[in-house]
Amino acid sequence: MAEHYKPVKYKAWELNLEERFQEYHPPLSEREAVLEANRCLYCHDAPCMVACPTHIDIPTFIKKISTGNVKGSAKTILEANLLGATCSRVCPVEELCEGACVMKHDHKPIMIGRLQRYAMDYAAEKNIKFFQAGKANGYKVAVIGSGPAGLSCAGELAKLGFDVTCFEKKEMAGGLSTYGIVVFREPVEVSLAEVKRIEDLGVKVKTGVNVGVDIKFEDLIEQYDAVFIGMGMGNVPDLSIPGEDIPGVLDGLDFIEETKVKKLADIKAGSRVCVIGAGNTGIDCATIARRLGSERVTIVYRRSEAEMTAYHFEYQFALGEGVSFMFLTQPVEVVGNGKVEGLKCIRMDLGAPDKSGRRVPEPVKGSEFVMPCDMVIKAIGQKKHKNVVDALAKFGVKSENGYVLVDSETCRSAHPKIFAGGDCIRNKGEASTVAAVQDGKIAAAAIYKQLVGATSPNEKHIEPVLSPVK
Amino acid sequence: MANLEIDFCGIKSPNPFWLASAPPANSAYQVQKAFSEGWGGAVWKTIGAPVLNVSNRYGTIDYKGSKIIGLNNVELISDRPIELNLREIAETKRNFPNNAVIVSVMVESKKEAWQEVVKRVEETGADGFELNFGCPHGMSERGMGAAMGQVPDYTCMVTEWVMEVATKPVIVKLTPNVTDIVQPARAAVRGRASALSLINTVNSIMGVDLDSFEIKPNVGGKGGHGGYAGQAVKPIALHLLSAVASDLEVQKARLPISGMGGVETWRDAVEFMLLGATSVQVCTAVMHWGFRIVDDMIEGMSNWMDDKGFLTVYDFIGKSLPRISNFGDFDLGFQTTARINPDKCIHCNLCYIACNDAAHQCIDMKSLQLNGETMTALQPVVREEDCVGCALCSRVCPVDDCISMVEIDTGRPHITWNELSKSRPDVVSDWDKMEQYRKEANIHIH
Repeated sequence: MAEHYKPVKYKAWELNLEERFQEYHPPLSEREAVLEANRCLYCHDAPCMVACPTHIDIPTFIKKISTGNVKGSAKTILEANLLGATCSRVCPVEELCEGACVMKHDHKPIMIGRLQRYAMDYAAEKNIKFFQAGKANGYKVAVIGSGPAGLSCAGELAKLGFDVTCFEKKEMAGGLSTYGIVVFREPVEVSLAEVKRIEDLGVKVKTGVNVGVDIKFEDLIEQYDAVFIGMGMGNVPDLSIPGEDIPGVLDGLDFIEETKVKKLADIKAGSRVCVIGAGNTGIDCATIARRLGSERVTIVYRRSEAEMTAYHFEYQFALGEGVSFMFLTQPVEVVGNGKVEGLKCIRMDLGAPDKSGRRVPEPVKGSEFVMPCDMVIKAIGQKKHKNVVDALAKFGVKSENGYVLVDSETCRSAHPKIFAGGDCIRNKGEASTVAAVQDGKIAAAAIYKQLVGATSPNEKHIEPVLSPVK
Repeated sequence: MANLEIDFCGIKSPNPFWLASAPPANSAYQVQKAFSEGWGGAVWKTIGAPVLNVSNRYGTIDYKGSKIIGLNNVELISDRPIELNLREIAETKRNFPNNAVIVSVMVESKKEAWQEVVKRVEETGADGFELNFGCPHGMSERGMGAAMGQVPDYTCMVTEWVMEVATKPVIVKLTPNVTDIVQPARAAVRGRASALSLINTVNSIMGVDLDSFEIKPNVGGKGGHGGYAGQAVKPIALHLLSAVASDLEVQKARLPISGMGGVETWRDAVEFMLLGATSVQVCTAVMHWGFRIVDDMIEGMSNWMDDKGFLTVYDFIGKSLPRISNFGDFDLGFQTTARINPDKCIHCNLCYIACNDAAHQCIDMKSLQLNGETMTALQPVVREEDCVGCALCSRVCPVDDCISMVEIDTGRPHITWNELSKSRPDVVSDWDKMEQYRKEANIHIH
């Protein structure tokens, strides 16, 4: 997804609705993949491999593509990362492996993400099974949440012989990969195929089960030898401004989810859309709105371009899609009578830096104005699952700022049977799919050590990512 | 612009670039098109005995996305009737009187046959002959081509037959598929040849198909050895050229040499000429890209000559030949060491792993300080006292001028193996004496 990737063949307006939501980057042809793989220097102790939170042996998988051993390549990837197909599509490769590529300075970095996707697509198309359930060791583990962290942990445990049950609140498993990644980055089928891969290892995935409501935490802790919590984060929090409940004000994550589960023609998008928040979710919402046919899409952000949290390549992508940005603009009220008619905003100025080093925006008096629009999408972050954190506190699980506190070496919480990983523990550092996958691996290795008393055979890939990725 | 003209034992050519006797020089249409695009000469595809061809005829080696680093063929000599070839040769020479038209010939091993074909070719007005003593497949099984070039007595005998009747210069083309190419070269000299050319193609099997288990190239389910050519054979050609060109008997006869085997660019051509070739012949590169490549060959060589101050090609032909030497005459006191420039290093660590796994374990990965700051990546650093100067690291390094091989003075005596064998015969035959000598000479094997 890096900038240097080939631009798309057609402009969005030349495509029909279905085409606009196909994967943004076409798959590499065999020749393209082999040529690109042959550009790789096959570094020893390669920096890309160090930069990957799951430490995929990148030079090796690329070498295998170049020799035509694509099956072996896919195995190399999946050995380190069971969610290699999702990661190949959603990883911020510019910040990770490709950003570390030694070819970056004088040449173009190797297209590691797209090569990984090539190998993953090959394995999926040929339906190759690489792993099987380990010899049953008699231990049972419950995994709460079937997103990247939960699936990774469940899959690794199943390989080690555990009896794993994964509980998922939603109708479909896969978590953010299924519901929250914009469809032209990752089609639903890719995520569901990964779920299937985990199920093939003997993991029982129970959807539509809300732990804490349908099953008590007490029961889980009692019935299972260990519990892994990979519940992710919740919906977008309230703006706490007047008019927020007017129809036409949407939760950004719900909006993305619609493109994943609904017929595209049935999704409503306003003709003038304001997206609040300039993170990666905000970019997703804005670009979806454009591709659905919204004429004017504006991202409203109270800080400046320098402080926005969206990746640079996402920002560039949005600009290319015709999204406009209003920086230093704070929404103060949604205006409308029974339907959204506008977003009232106030201009901001940047003041002194705050604790995080970002300069604090301060309103400019008397600068209010109303931006006409018929839809407002909120994308200002995600709520924590407060009810779960509170419920777990009763068992001694500690938290900080609503995030579950765990030991970085083991992903174990203050309760010896309870482990956690993924976005719900990422109080520090950047939340990402690949980091969640690594958490799942770390927890699986720790659970194995704790219960079986031996070092996990997959130990070589274990290295915590709790510290900031960069 | 520098003067690229050559006089090759009387054959005049506006530049040293000739089409080799091969498919690109198969017809009047092709050769005349090549001349009009700038080729100085052409050796017409071999005419002679009647043949029938097969398909497929070509196999190639591709490397990391680059097509045709090597090409092999099982095509035979011209399968067009000899009358037609002779007519077209005459027409071509008539239309291009200033270009070199040389005719490659090959007939059965009979004096009358050779002398007759020579006489018929002379009538076309062609500038000279090339005797095909090198074709490694198809013809050799019939006692022609390499079958003659591989037996020096035959080479000499047939050359003599031809020289008895030829009034135009005769080039003897040598095969690389011999143990010592100097022997057939000397045989050609004995047979009074006017010039030599080399190399013909190298015996080869191009590969095996992993699905069908067929040989490449596949001829109806079978395959066999064919002639290997293209960039991949260039080092072999350069070696054989230098061996022939520096042979005293060849030098005494003052025969010009036409060099070939992997000439693809003007740079390749210059290398062949620095090692003694007066003209170069090209086939594979033309088969890949067409005749138009000659434009850059002429211009590139000319610009290079201007830069070097060479007025004619004779200013540099054979210039590097005196440097061709033998192991026994190399200076044992010459010592280099690898130096890695940390500013250029991109930390691929290929030098480290190559040295560690395949050479002398003298590169360490070190935490370095640069401008007072510790570098985040470990830096490969050469332990110079243990570096033997093998140069492997500098060969694997993907960055230009990052690893340089620097000459160092170790105080070792500048002596050759041959000199040492003469002055200290005990040292070269006894390990204990050798160890003693090494101590004396400050040579440490780590």
